[in-house]
Order: sequence, then C-alpha cells, then structure tokens
Amino acid sequence: MLYRENGQFKTNYASDQQIFPIAQDRVVIVALLAFAFVAVPFLASEYLFRAVLIPFLILSLAALGLNILVGYCGQISLGTGGFMAVGAYAAYNVLVRIDGVPLVVAILLGGVCATVVGVLFGIPSLRIKGLYLAVATLAAQFFCDWAFLRVRWFTNNSSSGSVNVGELNFFGWVIDTPAEKYLFCLGFVALFALLAKNLVRSHIGREWMAMRDMDVAASVIGIRPVYAKLTAFAVSSFFVGVAGALWGFVHLGAWEPAAFNIDRSFQLLFMVIIGGLGSIMGSFFGAAFIVVVPIVLDNAPILFGIPIDTATASHLTFMIFGALIVFFLIVEPHGLARLWSIGKEKLRLWPFPH
Amino acid sequence: MKLKTLALAAAIAVAGTCTVLTSAPAFAQAKEQFFPVLVYRTGAYAPNGVPFANGYVDYLKYVNAKGGINGVKVTWEECETGYATDKGVECYERLKGKNATVFQPLSTGITFAITEKAPGDKIPIITAGYGRSESTDGMVFKWNFPLTGTYWDAADVLIQHIAKLEGGFDKLKGKKIALVYHDSPYGKEPIALLQERSKLNGFDLSLLPVAHPGIEQKATWLQIRQNRPDYVLLWGWGVMNSTAIKEAVATGYPRDKMYGVWWAGAEPDVKDVGDGAKGYHALALQHGAEPNSKIVQDVLKEVHDKGQGTGPREEVGQVLYMRGLMSAMLSIEGVKRAQERFGKGKWMSSEQARWGYENLALDQKKLDALGFTGVMRPISTSCADHRGAVWARIHTWNGSKWEFTSDWYEADQTIIKPMIKSAADKYATEKKIPRRTFEDCQSDTQKG
Repeated sequence: MLYRENGQFKTNYASDQQIFPIAQDRVVIVALLAFAFVAVPFLASEYLFRAVLIPFLILSLAALGLNILVGYCGQISLGTGGFMAVGAYAAYNVLVRIDGVPLVVAILLGGVCATVVGVLFGIPSLRIKGLYLAVATLAAQFFCDWAFLRVRWFTNNSSSGSVNVGELNFFGWVIDTPAEKYLFCLGFVALFALLAKNLVRSHIGREWMAMRDMDVAASVIGIRPVYAKLTAFAVSSFFVGVAGALWGFVHLGAWEPAAFNIDRSFQLLFMVIIGGLGSIMGSFFGAAFIVVVPIVLDNAPILFGIPIDTATASHLTFMIFGALIVFFLIVEPHGLARLWSIGKEKLRLWPFPH
Repeated sequence: MKLKTLALAAAIAVAGTCTVLTSAPAFAQAKEQFFPVLVYRTGAYAPNGVPFANGYVDYLKYVNAKGGINGVKVTWEECETGYATDKGVECYERLKGKNATVFQPLSTGITFAITEKAPGDKIPIITAGYGRSESTDGMVFKWNFPLTGTYWDAADVLIQHIAKLEGGFDKLKGKKIALVYHDSPYGKEPIALLQERSKLNGFDLSLLPVAHPGIEQKATWLQIRQNRPDYVLLWGWGVMNSTAIKEAVATGYPRDKMYGVWWAGAEPDVKDVGDGAKGYHALALQHGAEPNSKIVQDVLKEVHDKGQGTGPREEVGQVLYMRGLMSAMLSIEGVKRAQERFGKGKWMSSEQARWGYENLALDQKKLDALGFTGVMRPISTSCADHRGAVWARIHTWNGSKWEFTSDWYEADQTIIKPMIKSAADKYATEKKIPRRTFEDCQSDTQKG
C-alpha cells in the first residue's frame, strides 16, 4: 500500500542507477540519517552512547570492511582483529611521534598502514583459496598480536605495553562528551558506508563479485585476479584499520593488544555471516545483532527483577545468544539482510498478496 | 516467514531492546550507597575471580547486617566482565549511571581503559594491589587509588626477600632470576622495576612471557630447564599458575625457589597440584589466608549463619576471599572517612568519596575495631601518595594451607619513588594534563 513503486518511471540512466531507486527508500534513509544525526544526540542517554551506539557504529564499520573482502570478493579472512590493531597502533604512533598532526589525519594514516599490511598478507590469496586462505590470514592475526606485544617501539616504550591517547581534537573541536564521540563515529561510518556502496556498484565491485563467483571464469573474461584480490584486501583493510583506530581512540581510550585478539576477528566474521554476506545493510544488521543482543540479555534479569546469580546470567546469555545465532542461520542462511529484503518484497504486495 | 510474523517479530525485538536499553540506567537512587561490583565468575580466570567476588559481596552484606555505613544502607550490583576489556567498559558505563561510589575493575586492562574515563565522570577507582603502578602519584592520577601497594612494590619485596635469603643485596650479584609472566599489561608491570633492580644489584634477569590464558608453557619451562635460574618469579593468574607449578614439577625445578605475586598465591592455584606445590612461596600483600581472624568469624556469624553467604562456607577466609573482603572494606572505609568530613549518616557522592579515599587514615585502632587485627597493617593516604602502605609478607604452601614464612617487608621507596614520578610525568605530558597544585589538594578538603 505505502511501499509501492508504481508510477515511479526512470527516464534517464542517473535515476535508474541511483543507490535507492525507490522513492520511499530514499525518504526512509534520509529520515533515518536525520534522526541519527539530529535527534539521537539529544535523546540518547550516556549509557546508550558509550556502551551501545559507539561500539555498534565502530564495529559496523569494521564489519563493512570485512564484508567487502569476504562477502563481495569471497576471500575468507581471520586477520581482521590484527588489521584493526595495525590501524589503532599506527594512528597512535602518528599522533605521538609527529607533533601537531590532526586527529583525523592520524586515524586515516592508521587506515593507510593497515592497508599496506593487509595487501601484504593478501598476497597469499593469489595462490590459495577458501579455508586455506582463512588459515593463512590467521597468521596475520598472530603476527600482529606478537608484534604489538613484543616490539616496544610500537607502544612508545610503555612499560606495561598498554597505550593511551590524549584529548581528541577535531580541527579545534574537542571531542569529549559521549554525544560528540557518537557524532564523530557516525560521520565516519556514514561516509565510509557511502563509499563502500559506491565501490561495490562500480566496475571494481563487479570485478570482486566476479572473482568471488568463479575466479577462472573471471580471469577468462579479462579480470586480473591480482588486481581484483589485492584491491579487495586494500579497501577492506583500510576500513578495518580506521575502525580499529576509532575503537582504540574513541571507544576505549587506552588499550592493549588483547583488545584486538583473535576473538575480535571471529566476532567480526560472525557479524558478516549473520548479517548477510555481500550486503552493506547486512554489516549493520550483523553488528547490531552481535553488539546489542548480549547486552540486552545481560540486562534483562535485572530489569525484570529476577534474582539470578551473575555466573548463571552470564551462562544464560551465552546459551540464548548461541541459540539465536543457530535459529537465524536455519531460518535464513543468507543472513539478516536477506530477511530484510524478503520483508521488503512482501511489503510491496501487502495487503493483497496473490 | 510470513510478512506478518516477520513484522511482529521485528516490532517485539525493537520494543524489547528499547525498553531494556533506555530503562537500564534510569532507577538511580540517592539515599543508598551504591557499590558496583565488577566480577568474573566465568571464563579462564573464574576459579580465582569467584572467591574474590564472594568476599567482596559478603563484606557488603556484613556492613548492612551491622546497620550500614553509619546508618546508610549499602546496595550493590554485580556485573560480569569475563576479564575482557570491552565487556568491562560496558559494565562501567552501565553501573556508573546508578550513582556508583567507586569502581574496583579487577583487571589491569579494564583499569587502563576506565582510568581514561573516570576523571570525566568523577568516579574514583580503587585498584587494591594491582593496576598501573604510576597511579600512586595522586598529583597526576587524581581518581586512581592503588591502595595497599602496586606491582612495583610487590616485585621489590620479592627481591628483598631473595636478597635476605642469600645473605645481603651484594650476594645477588651474578644470580639468575627469571620472571615468568602473563603476557599482558598485568604481567609486564613489574618488568620496569625488576630491570631497575637488576641494574642496581647486578643479578641477571630473564623475561619469559606466557600467552593468555597460560595453559601452554612447555617452551617456557624448557628454557628454565636449560638456564637453571636461581629463582623464578611467577606473575601469573588463574589457570596459568597451577599450570606453571605442574610444569615445575615436571621439569624438576624446585618449588621452594619459586615466588608468586599475590595473584599467584591462593588456594585455587595450588590445590589441584597438591603435594607437588609444597614449598611454593608467594607474596602476601598485606593479608594471607586468615580463617581465624575476627572479621572472618564476624562475617560467618552475621552473614553465613543466617544463610545469606555468597559462596561456599569453607572458602571463607581463603586468600582471594580475604582480598575481596579487604577490598570491600577499603571501599566502605573511604565512604566512612568522607562522612566524617561531609556529614555522618549522609549519602556520599562519588566526589566526596574520592576525598575519603585520598584521606584514608586506617590506624591500628580502627583496624582492631573492624576486626582486621593481624590481617593488615595501617593505611593512610594523601594527595601525593594514593597507595597508603607498602607492606607485604611471604607465605608458603605447606601442602594443605598457606603459612606465613617471613616477617613484614617494606618496599624500598628510594627506588620506586623516582620511577613513579617519571612514569606519571610521562603520562601527564602524553595526556597534556597539568599536575595538581597544592591548592587543589587543599581545596578539596574545603569543599562541602
């Protein structure tokens, strides 16, 4: 009834190729962005900002990056945590060692360093595929863990191996309240999501997808595997590196290599799989699912006044969360994004389905 | 899935999420003193985390049974961190909104992360015996309180003890000491001091890291077998400790040459190894296992006998239980001290409580009254020293229980003080924060 595209005629290529061809989608997304940028900073509580929204946004960005690699280019990676660590530590070193570097430049340079490392560890992908590649990228994870634990230069000779950052200064705007931090992250995420969406719709995105679907066929029709795979690694690591820098700078403030350990890599991979491989929207769904659901489950017993032992509550959280993952994967193996698009399809016919 | 079910499920999920997320921090009450309790009752470190948490909560229950803090009822809420930093940050954010008095993060990683947040939120952090050593300097770390000492003090006392056994510091020259440490900020903290000491006293220090969670130590102990260090210092936690002792048994390294830090000197660490752990020493920062102390008897009487005990009765009085108990006592005593200044029987804000922690004066008389006679030594803090005391003993596992085997040692401040100063200064320059002035210390005492 409401969600119907009848009468929306595309009269030129531009209107046919826009990101949201349906007018209702455009309205919703603009309203959503306006809500996120304008209303949320006034409505949300500090807890919501610092414990839910900021981690959600940053991990969405990382999941977005990983989705480019795994979902669009088909290269399974378990080194995401390591690339996040590279981004965080590189940004930290830029900020500490070069006087007067603006924060954004430091964060982006963190992303650039992650890109270099990502491409380096992406080179094996030219020879090995699938699960074997997953194992090879695992090496990236362990190497980064090792480097940031052992090489004292990276942590500016901190005696405990833990680093911390000073005030966050965005060209004179000091970011210290939770709402400002939220807006800072939201700005990054919105820009990068737009960038990602446009990349995957462009010729390079089509190369990635061709590579994913069948690499031999792709190379026969003239797509260079080296170029396609390494660009996917580069773009993906850049996103992930920026997310890592944000995670360290904005969310934690002080961190140790354990903040980016193998668990983080798995967490991000699950986000991408549950959210939906090869879908920008799916990265957000996956991040929301993995960040928010455990917090809700943790809070639920206290909220409803059920006296429950902390250990039991924590175990219950794990069990319910695990069961939910299994449930969603059975109901829709293609992830939450697929459920979303099924919902949209059905909405077109509603309330008079055939 | 039908559209209707899909839409319904989505609506329920969103509604549920919203209620939970928006109402979580809403019910803040001002009349009761709220203590957040960050614990880990699950995960790799649970065997050690559980007794600590039980002791902490038991003491809070005990305070309520005794009528609260001068009549102010104590409330608390546990939050499971699983020793993970991001989970700890979430707990911190969730619980601080309920008018939290003080946080005890119980993990060096979480300490580092919330040290960055506490000044903005104006909530003090107590890291009783752990955390970052330079936070002793209250002139830079206004909100951190590493009460009862830090890892630097702990490492210094261990070296002093070894020197005493050898017959003087000059005898340490040429000796080989190995540090087997948990590869995390926690395990790395003592390195700076040990290096300083090794320069000063001329012993060889070898550093042997063990990756989290510490089950895989074969390579480490192979190195120990090859190098045969004279002493091994164990900076482990949780399952890493019992593994290390088992490996020592397997390699034939004498247990009585092994010294654990206080996180590596409790019942769960040695119980499984049984006789093999006999002779293993550990640092007792202030207290050890104190099943006969007055406070333990009181807690048993007031809490456990009424059927309100948090954990198993037989664990009451064990080392980590005592650590929890003492940590909770310090939390409470700070508030009590603040009440002396800002009004007896009143609810204290976290800022007022901070004044209490900075001006703690637990003398022997007060400790006796609290039932902590013999458990610990007096603690008094000040603006410049947020630590209060640097006394420790060594205790040894005799196969069935921990026994004290040394007298009290005091950490050598001539070495530690300059290190604290320079580390704190480095932090201050990195963060671009000025040192607190003398007036700032004074003005806090004036504020009502």
